[in-house]
Amino acid sequence: MRIGVLALHGAVIEHIQTLRSIGVEPVPVRLPEDLEGISGLILPGGETTTMRKLVARWGLREPIMALARSGAPIFGTCAGMIIVAREIAGGEEPVFPLLDVTVERNAFGRQLDSFEIDVAMPILGDRPVHAIFIRAPVIERLGPGVEVLARLPDQRVVAVRQRNVIAISFHPELAGETRIHRLVATMAAEYAEPREGTAVAGAEPWSLGEAM
Amino acid sequence: MDVVTPEHAKIAEDAGACAVMALERVPSDIRAAGGVARMSDPAMIEGIMAAVSIPVMAKARIGHFVEAQVLEALGVDYIDESEVLTPADEVNHIDKHAFKVPFVCGCRNLGEALRRINEGAAMIRTKGEAGTGDIVEAVRHIRTLMSEIRRLASMREDELFVAAKEMEAPYDLVKQVAAEGRLPVVNFVAGGIAIPADAALAMQLGAEGVFVGSGIFKSENPAKTAEAIVQATLHFDNPKIIAEVSKGLGSPMRGIAAVTIPEAERLAVRGW
Repeated sequence: MRIGVLALHGAVIEHIQTLRSIGVEPVPVRLPEDLEGISGLILPGGETTTMRKLVARWGLREPIMALARSGAPIFGTCAGMIIVAREIAGGEEPVFPLLDVTVERNAFGRQLDSFEIDVAMPILGDRPVHAIFIRAPVIERLGPGVEVLARLPDQRVVAVRQRNVIAISFHPELAGETRIHRLVATMAAEYAEPREGTAVAGAEPWSLGEAM
Repeated sequence: MDVVTPEHAKIAEDAGACAVMALERVPSDIRAAGGVARMSDPAMIEGIMAAVSIPVMAKARIGHFVEAQVLEALGVDYIDESEVLTPADEVNHIDKHAFKVPFVCGCRNLGEALRRINEGAAMIRTKGEAGTGDIVEAVRHIRTLMSEIRRLASMREDELFVAAKEMEAPYDLVKQVAAEGRLPVVNFVAGGIAIPADAALAMQLGAEGVFVGSGIFKSENPAKTAEAIVQATLHFDNPKIIAEVSKGLGSPMRGIAAVTIPEAERLAVRGW
């Protein structure tokens, strides 16, 4: 099974290495034709402004929206969370309006305000996730049907899922954390070869148990 | 991309730059002006920070930890401890572990890179020869760095002690590079990139990104050149796209051949 990593800019190599480490074939995606034959897509951290321009420049918006609509898992980290949000606080145009949330960019400040913290993420089991926040966003508004996967101690929402779209504020790929990638791989396998009796891709939330 | 005004910073951001370096003069002008080059006016750096949403870097002189403290107090996103400015200390680099802001430092080879990483550098860039528009030194440095990494990766473990001694680098970092076959931090190429093909050359030789200094705003058409260099960095292994984006850019920066620069005026030899 192959999972794409949007390779325009940012923490691309770290996601590619994480996918390899769990036995998934990573595909760097720079052009629309790179999306052929992949069963999921990771949108890495980086600069939102840079990614927005490059997505438009290379005609990636529509094919990635189509991939998402077909039910393939889309997993955004940090800037990847911003570009899947339907609304960006401050009124910037969304890039891939897939997730019914409002996201606030650089919610913690500049580079100097980066931090690391362990956060509970029950979908991954009892062990918390070591979360690295770098110029990170947070979710300000949750639409109906958006499931919260993790909050900070101050209750701010930093990880969510809506059907086949997962978005988190922090960088699991920088912390040696593979469980979220495994969850995405499970969803991608299900998308690639739907089992009988399971929900039509994109229609229902994915069963949480499968990822364990 | 190096920028000297908020307007430049916007051009760089619009072109797809993922960070800008706020400077009073681009390196070719620093070279032409001579004299002592120091950190930039904080007001000018703040003006650029206010103009763009992408991260803003600023340069401190090698060893000038108070310039670095000032830049950190301003809230810049990264500090470049740079040989482009006149060194403040000919023995010690800045102890970068003492700062929260991440640093990028220059190198000409693996030993120099690992010494900087040991001091706390979070990113490395090969130096090239800044302000020349001549890629030859950048090629020399990235080739040296990458071939030294490959050589370490091919060694027996018991050979790494001497390798560390010879490259004057900490053994633990040498061992880590040998095991992973790569630097433990991100590596950029800087110093001499002037056209899209230069950027793609740096990437094909093993860079993970490029710094473009004088090459943008000393060209005839900075906005187009900036955009083309971004696209060539992204599609570095796709010659058709590099050809397409290279069309009709106007004159690149004129530049000076690095071989004609006397030893005393070379920037890359600063730092140890």
